[in-house]
Amino acid sequence: MEHLTFDYPAQRAVTTRAHVGVVGSGDLEVLLSPADNASALSAHVVVRTSVDGYSHIWKSVLDRFFTRYDGAARIEINDFGATPGVVALRLAEAAEAAAAAETGDAP
Amino acid sequence: MSSTLNSPAERLRESFIELSARERARALLDAGTFRELLGPFDRIESPWLPLQGIVCQADDGVVIARGTIDGEPAVVAAIESAFQGGSIGEVSGSKIAAALELALRDCERGRIVRPVVLFETGGVRLQEANLGLAVISEIQAAIVALRRHVPVVGVIAGMVGCFGGMSLAAALCSYLVVTKPGRLGMNGPEVIEQEAGIDELDASDRRRIWQLIGGEQRAATGLADILTEDDSSGMREAVRQAFAQGMPQTHRSEQVDTYLARLAQVDPVTITPESMRIIFAGDARTSSKEQA
Repeated sequence: MEHLTFDYPAQRAVTTRAHVGVVGSGDLEVLLSPADNASALSAHVVVRTSVDGYSHIWKSVLDRFFTRYDGAARIEINDFGATPGVVALRLAEAAEAAAAAETGDAP
Repeated sequence: MSSTLNSPAERLRESFIELSARERARALLDAGTFRELLGPFDRIESPWLPLQGIVCQADDGVVIARGTIDGEPAVVAAIESAFQGGSIGEVSGSKIAAALELALRDCERGRIVRPVVLFETGGVRLQEANLGLAVISEIQAAIVALRRHVPVVGVIAGMVGCFGGMSLAAALCSYLVVTKPGRLGMNGPEVIEQEAGIDELDASDRRRIWQLIGGEQRAATGLADILTEDDSSGMREAVRQAFAQGMPQTHRSEQVDTYLARLAQVDPVTITPESMRIIFAGDARTSSKEQA
């Protein structure tokens, strides 16, 4: 098990939270919530993964995600061997669910 | 159950089995009433898994939801089979036991809460060993205490099924709702093959496994009450119907003499799924709960 953290600059505060996914084989769960220090406008990512030695891949996937996502979010990832594609989809799903909650569109 | 629905649109089903534990709980509760207790953002995780290098899930694989069923207060405990095989650890098991104990406290004060447990579990989480076993006994005690006040409804939808100590918890429920893919057994097929040899049971023989412990067989032998399709609205209707039946006259686990007499007729050498159905024909209890 490996524990990774990443920080990214943000443009706007996040006011809602979202939870997607499951810590099952080839999958992961994402907990997206407002950053602890909202005034700092930065995003903080914590990854716990069952697969060691892939921090450079995590950085690539997150770098790409944060080219489009600008929320000051705290993102916690519990990973059970998801592929980069699944990670990217789950991140997008979490961002979409949090945005839907902001507009009162929650399921 | 829904034999009147025959148009193509109505034949389109939403699978219940494919839903996550959270979605299953939401599907069983009346629309818009789902309210989760100790959800993922409360981060009540297993303290034992990280010590063994295993990644936690923020809800430890159990979803507790309050809401209503048929307008009556209800609590649903749903096990997420995708996380660690739905295994019961100290935290996940305590969440189920506590949810049932809170419902019991409400019932004792005259406010009836309908309890539903969605069993999807291989039993105790081996990494948490005795702590998991201890909490399974708390779950069982809570079910027995609760069923004096209100029917306790268990659901075994599949695909994992329900095994180990939790199979005993399921057997204590007032009513068990099962699907064909659902399975109920003490030891899983792989364990039996490993311990007793492949001559005893070939765990790769899926047809045989389901003939022995599949939902259809369990319903035909009176060890489950309602056999329903893998359909979200059908499952909600089956659970609603189970509560509508009210309390059973006696619970299965109280039918000691009946079941001992049935077991005495079993010859372990010649027993087959078909002869099981003859010996265990129907429910040992008086009320009839025939379901398609």
